[in-house]
Amino acid sequence: MTRHRTRVALAAGRAAGWASRVTGRGAGSQVSGRVMLGIEPDLLADVVGARRVALVSATNGKTTTTRLLAEALRANGTSVATNHTGANMPAGIAAGLARVPDSDVAIIEVDERWLPKVVDPLGTDLLVLGNLTRDQLDRFGEVRVIAAGWREVCTAHPEIAVVANSSDPNVVWAAEPANPVWVALGAPWRSDAATCPCCAALLTWSADRFDCPSCGFGQPDSPNRLDGDVLVLGAERIPMHLRLPGSWNRMNAALALTAAIEHFEVPIGRAVEGVAEVEVVSGRFSTRRLPDGRDVRVLLAKNPAGWTEVLRWLEDRTAGVVLAVNAHVADGRDPSWLWDVPYELLRGVPVAASGERALDVAVRLEYGGVACFVEPDPLAAAARLPGDGVDIVASYTQFTRLTKRSW
Amino acid sequence: MVTRASAVRVGLIFPELLGTYGDRGNAVVLVERCRRRGIDAELVEVAAADAIPESLDVYLFGGGEDDPQVMAAAGMRASRAAIEAAHRAGAVVFAVCAGFQLIGHTYEAGDGERLDGLGLVDLATSAGPHRLIGEVVVEPDPSLGLPVLTGFENHGGRTTLGPGERPLGRVRSGGGNGVGGVDGVLRERIVGTYLHGPVLPRNPALADRMLGWVLGAKLAPLEDELVERLRAERLEDASATGWRARRRDLHLNRG
Repeated sequence: MTRHRTRVALAAGRAAGWASRVTGRGAGSQVSGRVMLGIEPDLLADVVGARRVALVSATNGKTTTTRLLAEALRANGTSVATNHTGANMPAGIAAGLARVPDSDVAIIEVDERWLPKVVDPLGTDLLVLGNLTRDQLDRFGEVRVIAAGWREVCTAHPEIAVVANSSDPNVVWAAEPANPVWVALGAPWRSDAATCPCCAALLTWSADRFDCPSCGFGQPDSPNRLDGDVLVLGAERIPMHLRLPGSWNRMNAALALTAAIEHFEVPIGRAVEGVAEVEVVSGRFSTRRLPDGRDVRVLLAKNPAGWTEVLRWLEDRTAGVVLAVNAHVADGRDPSWLWDVPYELLRGVPVAASGERALDVAVRLEYGGVACFVEPDPLAAAARLPGDGVDIVASYTQFTRLTKRSW
Repeated sequence: MVTRASAVRVGLIFPELLGTYGDRGNAVVLVERCRRRGIDAELVEVAAADAIPESLDVYLFGGGEDDPQVMAAAGMRASRAAIEAAHRAGAVVFAVCAGFQLIGHTYEAGDGERLDGLGLVDLATSAGPHRLIGEVVVEPDPSLGLPVLTGFENHGGRTTLGPGERPLGRVRSGGGNGVGGVDGVLRERIVGTYLHGPVLPRNPALADRMLGWVLGAKLAPLEDELVERLRAERLEDASATGWRARRRDLHLNRG
């Protein structure tokens, strides 16, 4: 039963978020969450009720993993509440829970910094932890601080089950106290895991694992791992047959399936069926129609790890690519990460530098030997590029602007 | 045309520890600007587990987070003799953010823990009450004869220069060293700064000046049309929105 105070808190929080956005002070979600919790500290507990709750968090892939886990459960006939639009702070979480008030289960995407604050009020049963890499250093700070917050949660709550990626040293360090179900998803981005989270010595990396030569910290052994398109769960080899493209979505799906099968005991066939159906997640891979009739696809890349995965996937194409970068608060105001990303992979591909920071992109590309032209408007840039299947890779605020109107 | 027996060796030191703010970009710019002039150059990555060799022409130390900075400091101190010898023999040291702090004597963290640096220059850093984040504009030391420097800073350090040291320049907007209205340090063939962005893609004249020190010659100008547009945009942004950005930072630091 939603109390009056809860309704007031939800409304006031939304108003504060709106004010923050229109005055340009921020993206809105943080202040709106603070206002809501200020008025009604029990807001989340009140809205969630007695449901089984799984929280999904990561730097990259949390929106998609949340959606895939929800679909795996739905395929098994479970009713699910979720914040599937990527609104992952208290405001969005409360709204998602309120939308389906009588569901059996809540699968909630949580911002990685908010996780420690919402675990208790939500009466969490399961944490699904993906990866931790650098993201918007100008406002979020260091990766290790976020990992420490997660580790406190896992230490303080031995009763909460955890499914976690054993290939990410920061995640392993955070989740270790909870004795999780591990799944090795692979570690394509290692730049934020050079030193041991325990003792700060240099980690050694081999093809498939990491170890600390100094304190013995290392990748936990696990019978569960991602092997190409196949999820190996103990003795089972499970082909995933995803419609979503890219290696990063295989990682998201493997994590979601491990949680669905191991924790929620969804039969393998049902879980795979639910996950395989998903084609579009919150506008990711949605399309826009150009005036000349061609469709362009819009991809989100928020940080160097995300960009690197997307570029590897775009590498050998012939159709054009638009790189649309802004540097608002929600994108990170400092685009120096452009130099952490191997844009050299796009040599030979027709490329446009776009977004409000098109010139930063263009200078980066020029030094990387990638020919490009500058056009700040991404759709105008796409129209000038050749080929069917032009992709726009966009930073957060460019992405939301491009996908808002189309779905 | 500069002629040289061997390639210019640009050393990117401990990129996995000191590479938080796109610092590789500085190395890429130095190498590319040599190549565009027909000067042979190579990017030499020195991995964190390795000794820093004496054979480099440029030693680039970039930005890093707390734990990696401790590891980097230990590695730098272990190779102090090689770095000093190379510098005496004509090599350039270019240090940004955490790297800048580490070419000084000490860094004192918020909890009072002291980290020893290389002591290549006379400066000391302590953690300040809040982080300095945002666009920075620096009026470089007149002896360099360079246009204004534009960059982005994100650090919590307050760096005090010793009495004999000269700053890289005067801060026109932003925080810089956070002490005395200046940024960085400037010595013969040593440049330290809090500016990233990274700083050399945005300030090619500074890159060329350092390459000039290595090559012992003034370099022919390059076509930098895109960079000039980027510089104009960034400088305008820093002056137009500087005060607004500061207020927003204060707001975020409180929250």
